[in-house]
Amino acid sequence: MPADMRARLGQADLPNLVLSASGCAGAGRELAQFIDVARVGALISKSIMVEPHTGNPAPRLAETPSGLLNSVGLQGPGVDAFLQRDLPWLLSRGARAMVSIAGGTVDEFAELASRLSDAAGVTAIEVNISCPNVEDRGQVFACDPGAAAAVIEAVRARARYDIPVFAKLSADVTDIVAIARACVTAGADGLSMINTMLGMAIDGDTMRPVLASVTGGLSGPAIRPVAVRCVWQVREALPDVPIIGMGGVRTGKDALELILAGAGMVAVGTAIFHDPSACARILRELDDELAQRGIDRLTEVIGLAHEPRTAAGRRLARNPT
Amino acid sequence: MPVQIRGTVLTLRRVDAYHALTLVAPAIATKFRPGQFVTIAVGGPETSMLGRRAFAVHDVRPDHGGTVEIVFEAHGPGTRWLASLRARDVLDTVGPLGRPFPIPRDPSSCLLIGVGYGSAPLFGLAARLRERGSSVDYLLGGESADRVFGALTARRNGRSAAVATTDGSFGARGQVTGLMEQIIREARTDVIYACAPVPVLREVAAIAGRYDIPVQASVDVPMACGTGVCMGCVLPVTGTDGITRIVRSCVDGPVFRADLVRWDDMGTIPFDALGAPGWQPARGAESRYAG
Repeated sequence: MPADMRARLGQADLPNLVLSASGCAGAGRELAQFIDVARVGALISKSIMVEPHTGNPAPRLAETPSGLLNSVGLQGPGVDAFLQRDLPWLLSRGARAMVSIAGGTVDEFAELASRLSDAAGVTAIEVNISCPNVEDRGQVFACDPGAAAAVIEAVRARARYDIPVFAKLSADVTDIVAIARACVTAGADGLSMINTMLGMAIDGDTMRPVLASVTGGLSGPAIRPVAVRCVWQVREALPDVPIIGMGGVRTGKDALELILAGAGMVAVGTAIFHDPSACARILRELDDELAQRGIDRLTEVIGLAHEPRTAAGRRLARNPT
Repeated sequence: MPVQIRGTVLTLRRVDAYHALTLVAPAIATKFRPGQFVTIAVGGPETSMLGRRAFAVHDVRPDHGGTVEIVFEAHGPGTRWLASLRARDVLDTVGPLGRPFPIPRDPSSCLLIGVGYGSAPLFGLAARLRERGSSVDYLLGGESADRVFGALTARRNGRSAAVATTDGSFGARGQVTGLMEQIIREARTDVIYACAPVPVLREVAAIAGRYDIPVQASVDVPMACGTGVCMGCVLPVTGTDGITRIVRSCVDGPVFRADLVRWDDMGTIPFDALGAPGWQPARGAESRYAG
């Protein structure tokens, strides 16, 4: 019998805990050619901004070992087009939409939260605080506990009470627990971690940076150990806060690793570029992993790696064969 | 609609400087239209290469239920891995993807321009054009004789076939664009189809523009996913409404009307593109966006 994979996100019951990460599933339509989007736990949208945004010039991508550097620069249609076109389409397909929002000022984040709250059918809001704060010399919100908290507080105040607000954290900080704590104190209902990590590649032939924007965000299995570490540390410090784990998940076993570290939900990102049916496949593989260990309910293993090796723990561990 | 399948390698052979790989892929072959492409995951199940590799389809055949052939150059780790495969190896393949070449409704004089292995998709297109009563002239090019793909086929089934190589080892010395105007005048070309590197496409578009000949250009920009989710393969293209948008080559192309591509602004965000920094919507204009 398949294990119970259900998860709860605010008021919404998700059929399973495997989500698609922000910026990796397009508007949903692209993936619907390959998988049933209603069977993805939830689709986290590309980060929506108030106005349409062209993003950065090409080249925007560089392949690195087990990773991908990108500097797409939040290209998107703006909140009006999202609400008119993309959100209704997702809902018509029976999908659940967690909407990622991005802004350059606290007010922009607040405006987005308010606009999304007026629309029906937003399951949750993910706040992409890895944006430069134009009011503070481009300092990234996610790197400063005070700035991160200011954004979360404004979003929480403007978002409808029944829409959970998740803060998406960056691992490019000295102390991720301090940022996590600041966001939770400011009202975050949960935490998404991690965002891409700042990286760079230089072309040995042209002897110039590969990306037009010089630096970019590194994603893919290359950063998975960092994601596991961040989820672990935050779970240790804030055991009751729901966590969506993301960063380099490519197989069911990778998803299980983040769950054992403390994530109650897992989002699949760059793997979707490599395999458009990755969300469905990873869910299937996770089910197999649980079956092999005789686990009936996924909730049994969330954060299990933190527990000392008990008899119960040994029962769940897979025999090395 | 594209499908994701496990395609079995039927044959892999050397064609001069390139490799031709034939896959058994009935679900892709039956839906394919010339100009579309497939993507392949390279490096096996534990690969460290996360980007899919995109290839224009050279040929589809009905044998084995439907096969798809691609032509590529082994110039990086992904394509070198592909070149090392053997018959019966299995590849994660997605296709057919992208917008195909539009075909003129009435019989027309068509000039097909291809550079390097870029000419691969032109022969399936030519077959379709001839079915509709159009005539086909070929203009192929490459750095050297071993990098001109399909010259024999072009000679066999084209009304004419001209070749230019950079080193002069085959046909005229120089670029394909050097021969273009003469062919246009002699063949009274109505439509041009071109698959070539971006600088050549820009030149083709400029020359064709002087003769008022429409060009359908297949743009070769690097892609990571091929399905429209990664936003990597973007270029500035003006819509028929006059508004420039940053569009994805994989879903809005790879075939574009050459007069609508902002060739001189490739690799930039033009200041007047929809959503560019400082961009303001025209008063009363509906906000439409292809992103």
